[in-house]
Amino acid sequence: MTDTPQNRGTSQNADAPQNTDTPQSSSAQQTADLTRLTAVELSAGLRAGDFSATEVTRAHLDRIEQVEGTVNAFITVTGDVALATAAEVDRKRAAGEDLHPFAGVPVTHKDLVVTSGITTTAGSKILADWVPPYDGTVYRRTKAAGLPLLGKTNLDEFAMGSSTEHSAFGNTTNPWDTTKVPGGSSGGAAASVAAFESPFSVGTDTGGSVRQPAAFTGTVGVKPTYGSVSRYGVIAMASSLDQVGPVARSVIDAAALHQILAGHDPHDSTSLPGEVPDFLAAAQQGASGGALEGVRLGVVKQLAGKGYEDGVSAAFRSALDLAAAQGAEIVEVDCPSLGYALDAYYLIMPSEVSSNLARYDGMRFGLRVEPEDGPVTAETVMAATRAAGFGAEVKRRIILGTYALSAGYYDAYYGSAQKVRTLVQRDFAAAFEQADVLVSPTAPTTAFGFGAEKSSDPMALYLGDVATIPANLAGIPGMSLPAGLSEGLPVGFQLLAPAHEDARLYRIGAGLESALDSARGHSLLAQAPEL
Amino acid sequence: MSEKSALTSAEVAHLADLARIAISEEELARTAGDLSSILANVARVAEVATDEVPATSHPIPLSNVMREDVVGETLTNEQALSGAPQSEDAKFLVPQILGED
Repeated sequence: MTDTPQNRGTSQNADAPQNTDTPQSSSAQQTADLTRLTAVELSAGLRAGDFSATEVTRAHLDRIEQVEGTVNAFITVTGDVALATAAEVDRKRAAGEDLHPFAGVPVTHKDLVVTSGITTTAGSKILADWVPPYDGTVYRRTKAAGLPLLGKTNLDEFAMGSSTEHSAFGNTTNPWDTTKVPGGSSGGAAASVAAFESPFSVGTDTGGSVRQPAAFTGTVGVKPTYGSVSRYGVIAMASSLDQVGPVARSVIDAAALHQILAGHDPHDSTSLPGEVPDFLAAAQQGASGGALEGVRLGVVKQLAGKGYEDGVSAAFRSALDLAAAQGAEIVEVDCPSLGYALDAYYLIMPSEVSSNLARYDGMRFGLRVEPEDGPVTAETVMAATRAAGFGAEVKRRIILGTYALSAGYYDAYYGSAQKVRTLVQRDFAAAFEQADVLVSPTAPTTAFGFGAEKSSDPMALYLGDVATIPANLAGIPGMSLPAGLSEGLPVGFQLLAPAHEDARLYRIGAGLESALDSARGHSLLAQAPEL
Repeated sequence: MSEKSALTSAEVAHLADLARIAISEEELARTAGDLSSILANVARVAEVATDEVPATSHPIPLSNVMREDVVGETLTNEQALSGAPQSEDAKFLVPQILGED
């Protein structure tokens, strides 16, 4: 079962064979068709016997082989694992055994999700060769549902970054324009879906890491209510903010994947107890028409206008106009504390990072490096291991968190940030009195060029997360769906709902998506350039 | 608090030592600059964090999360050691922990 990384870094990928003939695959036409289908369409076709899980999986592996040299969405491709699962699904279907409705629909997991027998790197040199002995709950759930695992996707190291450039395994490109970043930290997850390498991707969102790459790549990304999806076996960044979420090519597909991932897990003490709402039914209902009638969309004053690119604001506004034409009521809501949310986040997140990443000590798993000179003790080995194994952004956040938590500064920094968190929750509670969902552009800009994130002032680049961070601080669910294009690049439309109201996001989101698709005549991704 | 926001290289060296990260002179200077810039901004949280506002440590509070006191799934000794940089006699092998004196 052990898979070794097959394509690490762009330099190796450039040499990778492309368009290799695979004798087992069907005609090129059918291969292309299968990768263009949505997860819902694949599910229906598999159940109807139009094609097998093996054919679907092979079509996606062929597509990966064809475009990975350009996209580099994966750190590890797990073709053998995927084909074994697909064969098992086909065998069960032939034998008339019970199968999950989405059995045979392929999936990828962000390489932050722990997968037994399959290298799990977190995008870091410190875990470059780590083969975990257990499964994260979300991987266990997709396996139990019979979703073939195509591979582990690229990310900013330990999910810290907004461009996926902070990965130790090379850059991922944006399928819309390969000179641009795909966003981050779940950049590989979003790029793999946008490039038709996978219909489903599992990402994680600590401050926007699912929604912002979804916005940059014209895909749908959701950050569920905190606790909706188990964090067990998801390498921790900031535990009170981290949440696993789906990336897909439609709101309905995202709901279907969320449905598979969600549910109480005794291994995660923050996992929500109780029944999982029917997200898929909510999305289907929303897409069937009339979902926007009488819905109050609250435009957040603090998350629009100044600081947002003109093209982003224009695409956001025209989506709002379309919603209004479908009967939605547009109201403006005021959330003054959001002006402090970014600051609170950049204290709380590094504080939790400094604590969580203390486990990478070079003793029990992962990299161990001995100091070049001086005594070799546990302490000096730990310091040398972390110096060699962590990238600059990770080190910066650990040191910042160490400072924010240190005696004498704790109250002023960490304590104050936690109070801002209360204020943000209060503002949202008041806003949800006036609106059913809150809306904004997902990010102030479209996808930016390579090198921009690393070269600018750190606080300036952190501003890119201004619209997504408040949902993580408050624990509420958020969704990004494609509003349209600005100068050829996708613009994300963000919807936020009260905690535990993820189904509302799917219903209203699917309604808005179907209005946008109808107005356009097709989904946004249908007009993405050929790779 | 704004005067506290500027971090010196010596302070960063101390923090890196606390965080167990060996750091070069060049990294020290750059990190001190970056962190000072970040801290100058984030210190704004104190403007609104008044005494009457309670702190929120967790977005969706759950209390008394317990499990049944029964043996659950555990890793075998081999699995637990499978990722270890070094092991010996079914135990983790680590560098010297205590000083010699």
